[in-house]
Amino acid sequence: MTIDKQDIKAQGPLNVVACIDASESALGVCDYAAWASQRMQVPLTLLHALDEEKYPARTDMTGSIGLGSREQLQEDLVNLDRERSKLALKHGHHLLDEAEKRVLASGVGSVTKRQRHNNLANSLVDLEPESRLFVLGLQGESSTAVGRHIGSQLETVIRSVHRPVLLVPDEFSAPRSAMLAFDGSSTAFRSIELLAGTPVFKGLPLHLVMVGADTEEHRSQLKRAEAALAPQGMQVQVAIRDGDVEQTLHAYQEEHNIDVLIMGAYGHSRIRQFLVGSTTTRMLETAKKPLVILR
Amino acid sequence: MLGSIQTNWFSNIRGDLLAGIVVALALIPEAIAFSIIAGVDPKVGLYASFCIAVVIAFVGGRPGMISAATGAMALLMVTLVKEHGLEYLLAATLLTGVLQIIAGYLKLGALMRFVSRSVVTGFVNALAILIFMAQMPELFHDAASWHIYPLTAAGLGIIYLFPLIPVVGRILPSPLICIVVLTGVAMYLNIDGVRTVGDMGQLPDTLPIFLWPDVPLNLETLMIILPYSTALAVVGLLESMMTATIVDDLTDTTSDRHRECKGQGIANIGSGLLGGMAGCAMIGQSIINIKSGGRTRLSTLTAGVFLLILVLVLDKWLVQIPMAALVAVMIMVSIGTFSWDSIKNLKEHPLSTNIVMVVVVVVVVSTHNLAFGVLAGVLLAALFFANKVGHYMLVSAKYDEETETRTYTVVGQVFFSSSEKFIESFDFKEAVENVVIDVSRAHFWDITAVAALDKVVVKFRREGAEVEVLGLNEASATIVDRFGVHDKPDAVERLMAH
Repeated sequence: MTIDKQDIKAQGPLNVVACIDASESALGVCDYAAWASQRMQVPLTLLHALDEEKYPARTDMTGSIGLGSREQLQEDLVNLDRERSKLALKHGHHLLDEAEKRVLASGVGSVTKRQRHNNLANSLVDLEPESRLFVLGLQGESSTAVGRHIGSQLETVIRSVHRPVLLVPDEFSAPRSAMLAFDGSSTAFRSIELLAGTPVFKGLPLHLVMVGADTEEHRSQLKRAEAALAPQGMQVQVAIRDGDVEQTLHAYQEEHNIDVLIMGAYGHSRIRQFLVGSTTTRMLETAKKPLVILR
Repeated sequence: MLGSIQTNWFSNIRGDLLAGIVVALALIPEAIAFSIIAGVDPKVGLYASFCIAVVIAFVGGRPGMISAATGAMALLMVTLVKEHGLEYLLAATLLTGVLQIIAGYLKLGALMRFVSRSVVTGFVNALAILIFMAQMPELFHDAASWHIYPLTAAGLGIIYLFPLIPVVGRILPSPLICIVVLTGVAMYLNIDGVRTVGDMGQLPDTLPIFLWPDVPLNLETLMIILPYSTALAVVGLLESMMTATIVDDLTDTTSDRHRECKGQGIANIGSGLLGGMAGCAMIGQSIINIKSGGRTRLSTLTAGVFLLILVLVLDKWLVQIPMAALVAVMIMVSIGTFSWDSIKNLKEHPLSTNIVMVVVVVVVVSTHNLAFGVLAGVLLAALFFANKVGHYMLVSAKYDEETETRTYTVVGQVFFSSSEKFIESFDFKEAVENVVIDVSRAHFWDITAVAALDKVVVKFRREGAEVEVLGLNEASATIVDRFGVHDKPDAVERLMAH
């Protein structure tokens, strides 16, 4: 992506941003972010988003307004918010300090700690101009272990940001191989370009997997993709499998014991996704290994 | 915008539902009272409140703000209803909506930046006074029986004292208790001459139905409704923008003003088509909503839907509500809307600010049109500002014996307000050979300033002096209307530097 390169030139080194919260996944996020930042040789930013909207509002059901009601209400709300924010800030500081210790111990040179008063998606959009990769835990603070276990904000985040997002499980193990879910679309070729330009997966075996019929057209598309990646020092293997997208990708991943799955995100509109669901969402729900979502 | 459905609708479900119910209960007496002010059946205000609240919940730009039939709008419709009837009011409501949507697309909400704090305070106070004054005819009309005074007093007593009762007082809305108690008393005692809501006109008995206003579609109709619609559109947007600012401050969030303008327009069109009057955002109700814990669009929707359900279920009881109870509730609303701090602040604020605020109140109360008051306030505030900035201009003079040159150095702002002072700063009667006017550290803001400089130069020439003007290019760069502070990052620097 040429735009990306221009950004890099204009703004100096872009950071890997690790999104820290109070859940178990923060440890995994730290480790994977440290790994990515070392491989890419860029600074690491630890981000804690203070999401105020989660806090319930205080309730007063009297429904009457009297002398100076507005001023009184304003003062009450400001005081309430201040107390909450102070606590949240302190809590966040603590989380960030822990995270900083952890990533420094794993050998990252340059770490910045940041807090923002906004929800996660908006915070990341704000940081976008200075970021190259976002690292998030698959299991967020407000999600529970049962049912849909992805962090409640992941979908919004993926939809909002225009940088690659690395979604990671709680436990870290250094990735040794990666695969790209390839569908021959122009988006998929942009993903290939992006991969060719990053040192993260350099030297690792990279599988290009296409789900669909084994046709001449598909083969030639894969060839083109392979040709784009090979000069960058990647060990590319290609495969075409038929079947349900999600199951096939999972099966291939298990068969070849692949650590990181790379895919494009949300090709369809939100309304269409609401009606028919999308592969990305389903992959998010069932993922047990790191996942890279490209935009 | 991000994660909007979740955030804007379902992030605070319990608080929103409860607050919506509290607001609906408070909206019913207001909608009835405002219908009576406008001179239409209570059902017109109730349908309007339902429709506006529901529509604005989806299309508004300020989640958590309550819009419905309002006093400010009702006061503007009185003569239209009296002279031409309800159908013309509905047509005017539709046109109001169209005008507001146009305003939204033209981004006229941005004009709100010219409305200063003191104008807003004046607007709010004037609105409170108008609502209060609108209750007076009910208290002092010819047929009023003496019963209304003790009943109103009792109502106000309940409203303000009930919340002091431990536990119960914090759960039940006191205006509701006031209405229930007074209705019970009036029905039990069966007093003659106590007017009830039923005496004031029809209440809704069905769901609102789609109606095209029964007016001839011709130029004559347009000329009748256009002045009213314009005033309604302006006042509706003004109050909505001001309320949005208040809600922004209370909740520490931001709103989308242009979307709110369009939303108000769509809501009014909806209201007009369902037999309702025009409305806008309500300051008092929005404060009640926030105070009760409402934050998102869901609270506004709940208020609208619950209002209609209540009205349809309770129609037998609503007609029995004595007007005294409504008057008590409306007096509470006006007291709650009035900015009492502004009275306290009169002593601390500068005189010009106070004058602006008081002028807004006086103009509104005498014309019953909030738009005129705001216009007067904005103009006055602008004049005061021009006057203040005009003081920031200084001309210093220096005489150099050797070259027989008098040098005037102009520093500061030269424009219509300071140009006279500018001219007076030069000594034309002094006999000198050479005059240098250095304007490189001055700003010439308009044509008046340039004309003043020309005049000065001509005058010196007439006295036989050679005149040289230095730095005119820099000084007059500010005249170009779009002198782009906003499109050139270093423009502010350059402006302040020379």
